[in-house]
Amino acid sequence: MLRYANPKKFLDLSGALLPWLWLAAIGLMGWGLYAALFATPLDYQQGDSVRIMYIHVPSAWMASFIYGVMFIASVVGLVWKHPLADTAAKEAAPIGACFTAACLITGALWGKPTWGTYWIWDARLTSVLVLFFLYLGYMGVWAAIEDRAKAAKAAAILCVVGVINIPIIRFSVEWWDTLHQGPSVVRFENGKLAPSIDPSMLWPLVSMGVGCTVLFVALLFVRMRTDIARRRIRTLLALKAAA
Amino acid sequence: MTQAVAIAGENLTCRRGDRILFSELSLEARPGVLTLLTGPNGSGKTSLLRMIAGLLKPEAGRIVFRHPDGAAFEEEAAQLIHYAGHHDALKNQMTARENLAFAAAWHGAARDPAAALERLGLKRQIDLPVGYFSAGQRRRAAFARCWMSGRPVWLLDEPTAALDSAGRALVVDLIAEHVASGGTVVAATHEPLAEGAAEFALA
Amino acid sequence: MKGFLALVGRDLRLSFRIGGGPFLGLGFFLTVTAMLPLGVGAKLNLLGEAAAGFLWVSAALASLLSLDRLFQADAEDGSLDQLALGTLPLEFAVFAKALAHWLTTGLPLTVAAPVLALMLNMPEGGYTALFVSLLVGSPVFSFAGAIGAALTAGLRRGGLLLSLVVLPLFVPVIVFGAGAVSAAINGFESWAAFEFLGAVSLFAMVLGPLAGAAALRIHLS
Repeated sequence: MLRYANPKKFLDLSGALLPWLWLAAIGLMGWGLYAALFATPLDYQQGDSVRIMYIHVPSAWMASFIYGVMFIASVVGLVWKHPLADTAAKEAAPIGACFTAACLITGALWGKPTWGTYWIWDARLTSVLVLFFLYLGYMGVWAAIEDRAKAAKAAAILCVVGVINIPIIRFSVEWWDTLHQGPSVVRFENGKLAPSIDPSMLWPLVSMGVGCTVLFVALLFVRMRTDIARRRIRTLLALKAAA
Repeated sequence: MTQAVAIAGENLTCRRGDRILFSELSLEARPGVLTLLTGPNGSGKTSLLRMIAGLLKPEAGRIVFRHPDGAAFEEEAAQLIHYAGHHDALKNQMTARENLAFAAAWHGAARDPAAALERLGLKRQIDLPVGYFSAGQRRRAAFARCWMSGRPVWLLDEPTAALDSAGRALVVDLIAEHVASGGTVVAATHEPLAEGAAEFALA
Repeated sequence: MKGFLALVGRDLRLSFRIGGGPFLGLGFFLTVTAMLPLGVGAKLNLLGEAAAGFLWVSAALASLLSLDRLFQADAEDGSLDQLALGTLPLEFAVFAKALAHWLTTGLPLTVAAPVLALMLNMPEGGYTALFVSLLVGSPVFSFAGAIGAALTAGLRRGGLLLSLVVLPLFVPVIVFGAGAVSAAINGFESWAAFEFLGAVSLFAMVLGPLAGAAALRIHLS
């Protein structure tokens, strides 16, 4: 990995990979969406609204996955002080926030026909909402601190603290859910990724999940390349000011 | 006699944001000598002082505190130095005595807070909240804290800023006294504080 | 230890001399409590049911109110440099300052909460639980809050960012705190909630000073 940690090498490698990543993302998500919207059977209880699942579940997966990526990048940045790791963490956050928002919005839209309300304070939805706040706080720290090296460290500390907290938050919210949740609410969520899911639904879902992951990597590379270019411009301007 | 501490900075590089303030800088501050850091604004005088104090990590290079025989000190920099920064680090809502008493408890001190304030000519203001002080009086109180500390190394950032001529004379005297007793003083300043000082110019 | 106590004493003294000490937070606590019935109407059973959770949320907000000054004032006047150069590590300074913050916000709020609960018609079984849960749990607002305060120290408009940063850190303690009270009111076994609350609180007392000191060192450099 560390061989590619030099910006020049990263630019070369990511430049070579990007077209393939785009192609793979479009292919996987295109087939997944086609299968999800037209080829898969209706749910006998939920009708067409079950098709939201093909966006909702991959988004939920991406929301936690990207925070995990940020965590690893933050630790690498803190321990080995590698600027490329800081860049990766910084540029992953807005993508993660978008997936989290997509997860929340699709969850609400799915909730209306199934639960009869846009929002229920169920443990999973609440955890994802808190995760969304973690993303916003992280991006806020990056935006608020001008000195890049300081911003990187501060944001990395926040990210690590967030990861330490996620299990506690998760646990507390689940405990809270059992305390407050009436037994009348039907919980479809638990059945979502059960092994009993029909293969005709499973494969489009897997395709969407892998497609979203590839899409994330492609977006991350583009954002990181932009960030590297932005920093080069700033260095040039600083040199110009000093000359 | 004050404990003799020699400071050596080796190949120091300082970066602030996107700017390199200085690189490959080496300096030496010897006990019994007043070392002046001079140079234009933004040349990194304050950053260098903060590096010696251990507040700022050098981007490259290192700082070593040595006994006169060359052996490195076991203690951390924080226990050898007193850093009197650009800000006075005084609480407006507390009296001069309370401010210094807290410093004595937090850092440890060789002298009594009241004695230190008296030495800097603040006898009548000892029990006045610092909020009522003029800029010069605040500077004196901050310097009183330095004198009170009894630390062998004084790191001073513009120690005479905002002082009137009487105040400046007091501070210059105390610096000379500390140096004469074998102390190490590094001061970032625009003005010549004493004759025979070692000058270190930053570009 | 002498330095540690001196710092707690200094911060308590400063809090009484500038911020009105515990009274600012208490005033806020009282004001929002008075607003709740004005907002939702004086339906006694509705208020009583919401009282525990509402008081917990208000306590969190009242603590948040003074949190952004926790390190800001020290960062502005140069005191932070001195705190970093003491005989104790910076972690102890953060602990001492968070403790002083709790003594001037969390503790008075804990004492006042049962009285305000009375005003909100909270059912009888919950008063002890409310007091004990706040006593055990409210340190989290100061100690976990110190992380956010340290991250945003030295920023010009850190207040809003601070609330965003600490909100997720407050979630578990609000859940367990308010949960403990409502469990007690409804006659459920509430011991588990107090155990969680204590665990979260102790954890915050360790993590807060560690992460807070790390964040302060960034701003010092």
